[in-house]
Amino acid sequence: MAHDSLYAAPPSTGAETERAAGRLAGLRAALGSWDAAVVAALVLAVLLAGVSVQNFATGRNVQFLLLDLVPLALLALPMTLIVITGEIDLSVASTVGLCSTLMGQLWLSSGLSLELICVLVVLLGGALGAVNGLFVTGFGLPSLAVTIGTLALYRGLSFVVLGDQAVADFPASWTAAAVRNIPGTSIPVAVVPVLLLALVFGVVLHATSTGRALYAMGNNDQAATFAGVSVARTKFWLFVASGAVCGLVGIFWTLRYASARGDNATGLELTVVTAVLLGGVSIFGGRGGLLGVVAGVLLLGVLRNALQLADVDANALTIVTGALLIASVVLPNAVADVRARLHRRRQRANPVAP
Amino acid sequence: MSAHRRGFRFGATGLALAALLLSATACGGTTRENSGDDSGAGNQASGAANPDAKIKEGLKIAFLPKQVNNPYFTVSDNGGKTAVSEIKGEFKEVGPSEASASSQVSYINTLSQQGMDVIVTSANDPNAICGALNQAKAAGAKIVTFDSDTKPECRQIFVNQATAEGIAETQVKLISTQIGGAGEIAVLSATANATNQNAWIELMRQELTKPEYSKINLVTVAYGNDDDQKSFQETQGLLQSYPNLKGIISPTTVGVAAAARYLSGSQYKGKVKLTGLGTPNQMRQYVKDGTVDAFALWNPADLGYLAAYAGAALASGQVTGAEGEKFTAGKLGEYTVGTDGVVVLGPPTVFDKNNIDQFDF
Repeated sequence: MAHDSLYAAPPSTGAETERAAGRLAGLRAALGSWDAAVVAALVLAVLLAGVSVQNFATGRNVQFLLLDLVPLALLALPMTLIVITGEIDLSVASTVGLCSTLMGQLWLSSGLSLELICVLVVLLGGALGAVNGLFVTGFGLPSLAVTIGTLALYRGLSFVVLGDQAVADFPASWTAAAVRNIPGTSIPVAVVPVLLLALVFGVVLHATSTGRALYAMGNNDQAATFAGVSVARTKFWLFVASGAVCGLVGIFWTLRYASARGDNATGLELTVVTAVLLGGVSIFGGRGGLLGVVAGVLLLGVLRNALQLADVDANALTIVTGALLIASVVLPNAVADVRARLHRRRQRANPVAP
Repeated sequence: MSAHRRGFRFGATGLALAALLLSATACGGTTRENSGDDSGAGNQASGAANPDAKIKEGLKIAFLPKQVNNPYFTVSDNGGKTAVSEIKGEFKEVGPSEASASSQVSYINTLSQQGMDVIVTSANDPNAICGALNQAKAAGAKIVTFDSDTKPECRQIFVNQATAEGIAETQVKLISTQIGGAGEIAVLSATANATNQNAWIELMRQELTKPEYSKINLVTVAYGNDDDQKSFQETQGLLQSYPNLKGIISPTTVGVAAAARYLSGSQYKGKVKLTGLGTPNQMRQYVKDGTVDAFALWNPADLGYLAAYAGAALASGQVTGAEGEKFTAGKLGEYTVGTDGVVVLGPPTVFDKNNIDQFDF
């Protein structure tokens, strides 16, 4: 938890180090239980919806549900890593919009092949992310402010690129591919790259020294720097990765809806942040994991899909999303707080023998 | 990491990128020129229509507006609800809280999943919801669009609120009656390149060449950019530049409301006539205080009502969406399907102090 680490004095005595270690263990337990809770909630939601909501448990619905989740799942991957370092990228939806209109404009007027355009769009996305990264790490500005700025800037630019026009004459073979299922199943092909990227991000976060460094940064930037982690460089590349993934999502979005337009993906950033926090990542940084986030994304998707099928109206859906966001911020903190208090009481009750 | 290794890594990244770019360009690829395949050839009208078929009972008809919580669509969907209860069907209104095409797609999928007989929708994007609509059609639903159309091949019938001719005729007729058939008039439009407004203004000019309007002189077109403040100032400017001005036509809801606000607080109130396209809620106070005699807009409730009947006629096999087919839409009477499956609601409704309180949108 960030406020713990913020106020943590440099370890001076052995007892204090021990207590810190105990606290860390407690945190790890809380983290594990949150992951488990989200997965359990997901299983419960699927079972409940399958039993009580008509037309939920059909192949066609699985296809619809997963297709709706692809952009959210992709964007949540780099966002998880960024939030773990204690930063945030609110510009993702606008970056998706700008990548989409750039793709449309290139297709409309450049005469380049669509294959090349796709590569260019991912690179451009990376460049847009690099702008965020530069402002955050190069000039040391808070990412919240920087990415709120680029949220507006990129959305504005996407309307500059295409105005209120839409480009829609993409080849049908491409737009059909975006929604095609894996032969013989009702799972969209688009899920495969999502899983691959999830694997890559999962390995980086949980099985490499870079991943451990991300948690260290989230807990304490300065301590991480002293420990020999290049905080600025790592964060910079995280924002680049986020931008490049936005480029991918921009391509998928454009092809799936066969329409490149300035308002594509408007407002998606809040859903992405909700999914990440619901997945157990602490908004203060330093805590969370990719499994929980994937479960969080799925839980959000299943809830929306099932409620929509059950004819719950749009306002209620928005309320549910908002309530989930608040619950996912408040609950883990409350749990950790209670655990810490219990732990302290136990320590007081059993004083360590001299 | 040593400088040497870092250099190596950047070199490798650069090489990989270059290779990626080269391979993407080299192997031909899909360009605008060679992508011959047409996007989704649609079935305009499949099967034969049986004009004598009765409207089926118990049809499940769903309305999917551009967004919920929008007064205009609430009124039109309620019109649809009235029609559906007349034919003893099941009515449902669903929709996103923000007017985006992507969330409409997810609702279309849901409705298709629920086995709706008819989906009546107003498209947030003419292309983006096409794929989902075609899927829903393949699953057995009939598709009617209203207010905002999709590409013709993605739906069976589009219920058009008004033709450009109908709008131009009504506006000219209104201003002519109000100024007594003679004098200078001006137009306060939206932006200089607004497609709809420019088409209407062009048709108004043609309409004004008719003998009965020979004493009316259209002196200028001002542009308020659909911005309240700018429209307000442009109205002021018009009255200063043309002291003999008798009337203003503002075929945009923002413009007409701003012009009415300026006139109602000026010495010209009641002397310079104003008409245009506006909503009753915006214009109510100006009609009541005598600034505006009458203005026009299509009636959204009738629009929804007609769309529901069109959907029911499709689902009952009375029509297929082919040109020339006829169906009866309850109290509105008989309608004929035009080219590209378009059904036109009719001339706009005129609102004045006698009927304005019957409308709330």
